[in-house]
Amino acid sequence: MNAPNLKASNFKSDITPIWCPGCGDFHVLMSITKALAKLGRPPEDVAVISGIGCSSRIPAYTNCYGFHGVHGRSLAVAAGLKVARPDLTVVAMSGDGDGFSIGGNHFMHACRRNVDMTYIVMDNRVYGMTKGQPSPTTESDWDSAISPGGTGVSVFHPLVVALASGANFVAREFSGNIKACTETILDAINHPGFSFVEILSPCVTFRPDEKEWKNQVHTASVPETDDPARAARRLMTDDGMNTGVLYRGNREPYFASVSDERGDISALEHAFVV
Amino acid sequence: MNAPSHDSSNVSFAVVGTGGAGAITAGSILLEAAGKTGWYGLLNRSVGPQIRGGEAAALVRVSTKSAVCMSRKFNILVAIDWKNADRFVNVMPVASGGLVVCDPAAGDPPQAVLDMDCTIVKCRIGELAGSVKGGRENMIAVGIVAHLIGLPMNDVMKIVQSKLGKKGEQAVEIGRACINAGVQAAVEFGKTYLLSPPQDSSKDHWLITGNEAVGLGAIRGGVRFAAAYPITPATEVLEYLTPALVSIGGALVQAEDELASINMIIGASFGGRPSITATSGPGLSLMMESLGLAAASETPIVVVDVMRVGPSTGIATKSEQSDLNIAVYGFHGDADHVVIAPLGVADCLFAGQWAVHIAETLQTPVIVLSDQSIGQARVLIDTPANVSFLTQRKPFVNTGEEYKRYGLTADGVSPMAIPGQMGGQYTADGLTHSQRGTPSSSSRDQHEQMDKRCNKMDEFDFGDYWGLCEGDIENDTVILTWGSLTGAAHEALELLEENGPPTRLVSLRQISPFPIEAVKNVLKGAERVLFVEQSYSGQFYRHVRSNIDLPFDIHKLNREGPNVIGPEEIANKIRDWKDQ
Repeated sequence: MNAPNLKASNFKSDITPIWCPGCGDFHVLMSITKALAKLGRPPEDVAVISGIGCSSRIPAYTNCYGFHGVHGRSLAVAAGLKVARPDLTVVAMSGDGDGFSIGGNHFMHACRRNVDMTYIVMDNRVYGMTKGQPSPTTESDWDSAISPGGTGVSVFHPLVVALASGANFVAREFSGNIKACTETILDAINHPGFSFVEILSPCVTFRPDEKEWKNQVHTASVPETDDPARAARRLMTDDGMNTGVLYRGNREPYFASVSDERGDISALEHAFVV
Repeated sequence: MNAPSHDSSNVSFAVVGTGGAGAITAGSILLEAAGKTGWYGLLNRSVGPQIRGGEAAALVRVSTKSAVCMSRKFNILVAIDWKNADRFVNVMPVASGGLVVCDPAAGDPPQAVLDMDCTIVKCRIGELAGSVKGGRENMIAVGIVAHLIGLPMNDVMKIVQSKLGKKGEQAVEIGRACINAGVQAAVEFGKTYLLSPPQDSSKDHWLITGNEAVGLGAIRGGVRFAAAYPITPATEVLEYLTPALVSIGGALVQAEDELASINMIIGASFGGRPSITATSGPGLSLMMESLGLAAASETPIVVVDVMRVGPSTGIATKSEQSDLNIAVYGFHGDADHVVIAPLGVADCLFAGQWAVHIAETLQTPVIVLSDQSIGQARVLIDTPANVSFLTQRKPFVNTGEEYKRYGLTADGVSPMAIPGQMGGQYTADGLTHSQRGTPSSSSRDQHEQMDKRCNKMDEFDFGDYWGLCEGDIENDTVILTWGSLTGAAHEALELLEENGPPTRLVSLRQISPFPIEAVKNVLKGAERVLFVEQSYSGQFYRHVRSNIDLPFDIHKLNREGPNVIGPEEIANKIRDWKDQ
């Protein structure tokens, strides 16, 4: 199954991304293709699933099988695919609006369900495709046309929700650190169960302040843990800018799967005979 | 000394009680025993939303030939108690000359029952059950009805053995003792409603509900994955599918909501596994956006909607045919898809299989409009024929050339690669896309893809499965209906043959795309057309009218649920026809 000598370029399509110059998502595309090359599975054995938004355009920029679905439902498409085709590597990729707002319910339940797949959220703390509205991860005082003076609403903390809901692997990276992103994505894919990686990925167009992120992120001072309580304590003092693997659990992944044998249905029919 | 109204080819009875009293179990045992004897039959439940303490009634019809709909009048009504009876006695009128059996300890029958032209017999059901240690009243009711209709006792006992056997031999013995006590009590009534012996007792019968049948049909069609969220009255589809799929290497995932369930089946189908979900109106409303995604991305899926009374939460446990509009017209954009409707409980099997065949062949979403009246009805039928469709997605073959997932073809259907196939990688997309699948906002791509998807529907041969015609084609009066009311219309035709103008029946299984030529053809020569449907606004009538001209004298028999339209009403509407 492993195809040697795969390069990141084997996982890139010939379609030019429509992202703005300077968008962090370019780096995420580089990291995911590098990670997949390191994984060593051929592109046809990988599926990249997304919802709607700037970051969700990513499947078509890879040379894998892709599904660009409706807003907020990438995790559901990905879970159905992985249960139906356990032989594939399934990666769902999304943004903060897609993943935490319209798709928030699926996020919680995907963590609980623990299907063996990876979820990468490119978090830029803004709705970019609709030109700059606050998302669940946007600071509550961030000024915008739709919410002048800020939303006044508490900021959503994806890592807290992931950990509390039962995700089996939780990490944060910064898109500009391509080497670290690549390693963490590969780690997440290889880890059994539901793996969640938040990648801080700046929107230089609607959040020019995020250009400063490269100077603000720092490697977490505490090592990763398999103890949810320790991980939770670390999150209580999280400044939102520390990176690395937070939690690596050992829950059994979701059990259901579909085999490719077409079973005999005669017993099912016989069951209705009086 | 049979009552004058009693027809020995047909007997109907109701067992009523408070939820938890076991009325449904009693009805089920009697129906299954009738199947062992070689009779046909049908059981519908009338239940309230409460699981315990609400009303519950098993409405059963047993007959010597196939029973396609519930009787409107009952020969026998056995009341374990009268609690909450006011909520449902109006839907189970006892026929003239019929018999009501009730326990004096449970108080007087409601006025509605006292007003019926029938014999009321007091029988101490509770006391009889109490005389057997651990005995239950519903088993007394089984004995009473078995005696009254002449159900062979060894068949009843076989079913009791198979139903109660897992609870231990003692439970079986208690059941038997109660049934015998019921029989002894019924002998005293001096009245029976005996059914003629079965025409062919050697034939195997199936006992199946519409919800089970649609699930089995889908499995016959190749479904191996399901995802769903529980909802009345569709939950039994899911509870049937879970162990059934596991037994053949498939799986059902219980999703967090309907938004997830439809997207899970889209994902599984993208992965090459035929997939299904089942829901009811509220769930279908939530699924609409993603149904459009399946249409645009050309991902085959089947969605079964077991319709219930709407709008909004409506009456979850009762039937209506009022989701036609959303199923056909609820999509945003021009989203080509298919809507079909089973023509009765037994037809749910075929409809489930046909839906998968159409979905896989056309790479499109298919909505199956079943409803509570057939989904939750249990029927005894002849062993169903095994229809074999050659169901296959148009396969992708790697030629080394650039793969066009949405390439233009003569029949509009493009080869569909599945993940794992080298050289077939593409991104399925709800965005307007080029033939290759690349997102596009060009007018040419939009036009090409619209044309292509429309062409799939135009080029597909739906064959003779579009609907059903009964009665002499020369008859110029036509009953036009669809889906679950076909059974009632069929029986109306029989009533009209005895007494009424020459009438025929046309019923549609294919709702959308509308079978324009077939319906036009079959309506040639018609003078008078009666539309029959369970919808207040006449959704079916409007749908037909928007597709074909109707140069006929038109009458309509349409109303909202929960009162299901029956054969007598349909026949009377034809008999009382006044030309407009």
